Amino acid sequence: MLADQDRIFTNLYGMGDCTLAGARKRGHWDGTAELIKKGKDWIITQVKESGLRGRGGAGFPTGLKWSFMPRNSDGRPHYLVVNADESEPGTCKDREIMRHDPHTLIEGCLIAGFAMNSNVGYIYIRGEYIREKELLQVAIDEAYDAGLLGGNACNSGWDFDLYLHHGAGAYICGEETALLESLEGKKGMPRMKPPFPAGSGLYGCPTTVNNVESIAVVPTILRRGATWFASFGRENNTGTKIFAISGHVNSPCVVEETMSISLRELIDKHCDGVRGGWDNLKAVIPGGASVPLLPKSLCDDAIMDFDWLRDHQSGLGTAAVIVMDQSTDIIKAIWRLSKFYKHESCGQCTPCREGAGWMMRVMDRFVSGKADIEEIDTLLQITKQVEGHTICALGDAAAWPVQGLIRHFRNEIEDRILQEKISV
Amino acid sequence: MSDLRKIIIDGIETEALGDMTLIQVCEQMGIEIPRFCYHERLSIAGNCRMCLVEIVGGPPKPAASCAMQVKDLRPGPEGAPPEIRTRSDMARQAREGVMEFLLINHPLDCPICDQGGECDLQDQAVAYGMDFSRYREAKRAIDDLDLGPLVETHMTRCISCTRCVRFTTEVAGITQMGQSGRGEDAEIISYLNQTLHSNMQGNIIDLCPVGALTSKPYAFTARSWELEKVESIDVMDALGSNIRVDSKGRRVMRILPRNHDGVNEEWISDKTRFVWDGLTNQRLDRPFIRVDGKLVACSWDQALDEAGSLLKSEQVTSIAGDLASVEAVYALGQLTDSLKGKKECRVNNVDLPIGNRSGYVGTSRIEDIDSAGRILMVGTNPGVEAPVLNARIRASWLAGSHVELVGEAVDLTYGYKHHGTDLLSWQKLAKNLENVDLADTLIILGQGALHESLDNSALGIAMNLADRGAGLLILHTAAARVGAMDLGFATEGGMDQALDGAGVIYNLGVDEIDIPSGPKVIYQGSHGDRGAHRADIILPAAAYTEEAGIFVNTEGRPQLASKATFPVGEAKENWAIVRALSGKLGMPLEYNSQIQLRLKLAKEFPHLMEIDMVRQNELQPIETEQAGNAELKNVINDFYLTNPIARASAVMAELSYLTRSRDGEFNEAA
Repeated sequence: MLADQDRIFTNLYGMGDCTLAGARKRGHWDGTAELIKKGKDWIITQVKESGLRGRGGAGFPTGLKWSFMPRNSDGRPHYLVVNADESEPGTCKDREIMRHDPHTLIEGCLIAGFAMNSNVGYIYIRGEYIREKELLQVAIDEAYDAGLLGGNACNSGWDFDLYLHHGAGAYICGEETALLESLEGKKGMPRMKPPFPAGSGLYGCPTTVNNVESIAVVPTILRRGATWFASFGRENNTGTKIFAISGHVNSPCVVEETMSISLRELIDKHCDGVRGGWDNLKAVIPGGASVPLLPKSLCDDAIMDFDWLRDHQSGLGTAAVIVMDQSTDIIKAIWRLSKFYKHESCGQCTPCREGAGWMMRVMDRFVSGKADIEEIDTLLQITKQVEGHTICALGDAAAWPVQGLIRHFRNEIEDRILQEKISV
Repeated sequence: MSDLRKIIIDGIETEALGDMTLIQVCEQMGIEIPRFCYHERLSIAGNCRMCLVEIVGGPPKPAASCAMQVKDLRPGPEGAPPEIRTRSDMARQAREGVMEFLLINHPLDCPICDQGGECDLQDQAVAYGMDFSRYREAKRAIDDLDLGPLVETHMTRCISCTRCVRFTTEVAGITQMGQSGRGEDAEIISYLNQTLHSNMQGNIIDLCPVGALTSKPYAFTARSWELEKVESIDVMDALGSNIRVDSKGRRVMRILPRNHDGVNEEWISDKTRFVWDGLTNQRLDRPFIRVDGKLVACSWDQALDEAGSLLKSEQVTSIAGDLASVEAVYALGQLTDSLKGKKECRVNNVDLPIGNRSGYVGTSRIEDIDSAGRILMVGTNPGVEAPVLNARIRASWLAGSHVELVGEAVDLTYGYKHHGTDLLSWQKLAKNLENVDLADTLIILGQGALHESLDNSALGIAMNLADRGAGLLILHTAAARVGAMDLGFATEGGMDQALDGAGVIYNLGVDEIDIPSGPKVIYQGSHGDRGAHRADIILPAAAYTEEAGIFVNTEGRPQLASKATFPVGEAKENWAIVRALSGKLGMPLEYNSQIQLRLKLAKEFPHLMEIDMVRQNELQPIETEQAGNAELKNVINDFYLTNPIARASAVMAELSYLTRSRDGEFNEAA
């Protein structure tokens, strides 16, 4: 269990003072100028050494991503874009950062912006986060007033402006290139890659898009050292991580823990256990709606990090743990996710546009049992036809929960279909 | 510096430029990649996902070959060239999957769909699809749009490839189409239910890979496989767009563009595409003679006898109209010469310098628009004089060239710097360019800058600039004009001089002007328009789809139009009428077939038989006289009604009405 002195987000619950003064008391904005004066290379090396992997879901090493940015500008400005469009079902970690510990993010933006030669940063915040937007804006204004942003930000010699952009509430705008399109004022539809944003992103300029948490942890990593951060978790899965546990637990919560904590420890220690005891557990979706679920048999030994979950055909995603006990109609639960993806598909490319609706409708009939056994394989094939064939990862995200369901709960679907046939 | 890279496709090693896309490389190698959204003249969307190919050693998923560039591929182990596979299991399965997705919500109405037989979806479903559907749910239906009188919509068939959206925004320069909604509810719409306001909109019918956008005038009249297809040349403007005329029996059913990179790329204007209903209306299908003030039908013999005696007894002036082929003008010119008559083709009082090809054609090609850095337009509105050319200028503008205009400030779908509307402004602009390198400057001089009243001074200024390195393109509005000028079908002094003292006027399809009262008129043409009303003898002739002929376009490119159908009624081919008349006159022309005519033509005017070649014209600057100031007035008022065929077309009449009412012309009346 993570010791209190090792927590990065010490005001995650908003019990303390959220203002700049409070943040300073907790140690933020401490020696920022000195950190910046150590240079871009030092910062990027530190981030690389810390082993920080992107907290938005894909788990791409953050330091490596930063190093993809051109070292010197070819005349085009560089942009830092923070993805605060936190829309993944079950995920509410960035929200806590933005409303209760916003200065971690703002300080991180300055440092990351400097490291990537960017004088301008944008935070793209989810449309539904209205209060969060207001609170974050207050914090940004505070930072400007205190000289921490703007020209010669924080006396570091680096000019940095930070803008907060409020989205309109579309899940797809959390996809980095769709986010850039939306930020440019266009319809939020993902772009094709390549070119990647580091080469041609916002307004065709080199851009890095990072998750809120990935940016917010950077100042503390630099202050306490990469080795400190790397000391948590397993190799290649280091650091602390904010988990958001919801569903059938006794006390759902958002909590910062070490990476690679076991699932059972996470639930038992922080959520007072599964409703009705561990044995009442049916399945867990470990990383937000888009990763395949884990049945109870796998949950017993599950380790919450990128690699373990990937090896077990799931993923850490955003570390939004959705717990489902035995009372859950698991087919209907996954159907609900299919409905979500059908609703949120942008409609640009064929497999996702047509496939998401098809999957939902077949799931629809699985819920009621009005289907044929062979259709389970058909559905599995449909998910395979969507997966990997789309412009962005939403197609994959729509396919994986269904694949997980069929992989682990095929018998339950079959039972339901047979039951329905008998009753008819 | 060429950036050639090695690449292996389906086991065959080849070299390709780094910025080529994989689909282009495959095309070059003759490997077919199915596609719906990709179109080489539009931006890349990558949304249909039909063109997926496997990249060996890449991520374990296929890549869209329309978007992936050769330089984006990583080399294989030990520097081996990157390898892609277009026929592997991965690629095949991906296509099958995409095909199935496209078909689940596509209606099975091919038997009643106008696209049937020439449908990309149909063809590719045969090649890449499965033979049954696993889809058991209800299909999606979408309300149809009203895009106006040209494009019919069946939006349920739409596969959201967005080609139409990209064409209208990128090429046509209108912003009325887009995609609204999300996911499977995403629809192609016209914003605020507007109809399309473009004279290039018909092209989205060709672009649509399915039957969602079809031709309204052609709707349900024919199936593509029963049509006779003939490649020809358009005469609606002077661009000489390459077209294909599809006919059934004696009727032209539709007109489609052909690809010609140097002329029309693969677009045509709506007038070119939809004018065909004018080919059956108002036709002159038998000869007429005016008796007691009334036109009376008669036989060919009577008409020719009457015409012959008129021509013998009176001083002859021959005038040639906008749609006459080179052969017809040539024959008429010879006949007129033997009668010692005068001839003129510059019927709209435009002062084209006789014998100076650099003055009435220019020194540049249409293609030069693409590479021009600065385009100066004088006295022209290419948006209506040659819409396809205008789209090309727009493309050049989008690519970064500067456009400047002297003349009426009109909406051209792109931004330009306006320098005033009169000759003085043109002089001033030219003066400002005195110390500027003009190597990448192209001057497009319209007919509005060549009016007689300007005494050639606008042309003189342009030629001076051309002498210093600028390109010069004269933009004509009549398909026949350059050919007739090449044949020397003109009289020093213009129309006034030509008509002076004429006792009989031989009118070869001139319908745009009023012929002064006095002389007798023999009208030879296809439609009962202004020219026929003034005629004393009418000799019915073939329209442009009914006879073969050479047309020289505005850049001086001779092109061959072909005969798609037979002339209506008793109408005859134009050159043949003149030949017959020459026989009646007892001074027969020396050819009995069009081939013989062309052989003779080739001897006299060899460049006219250099089909599809553009001769480089030697610049012969003309003396500029400091003329007084005058306004440059554009010559076309109504795009849709510029010639007798268009004026006989109900579709063109409706378009003209809609455009003019949109411009508020009828507001006061209402």
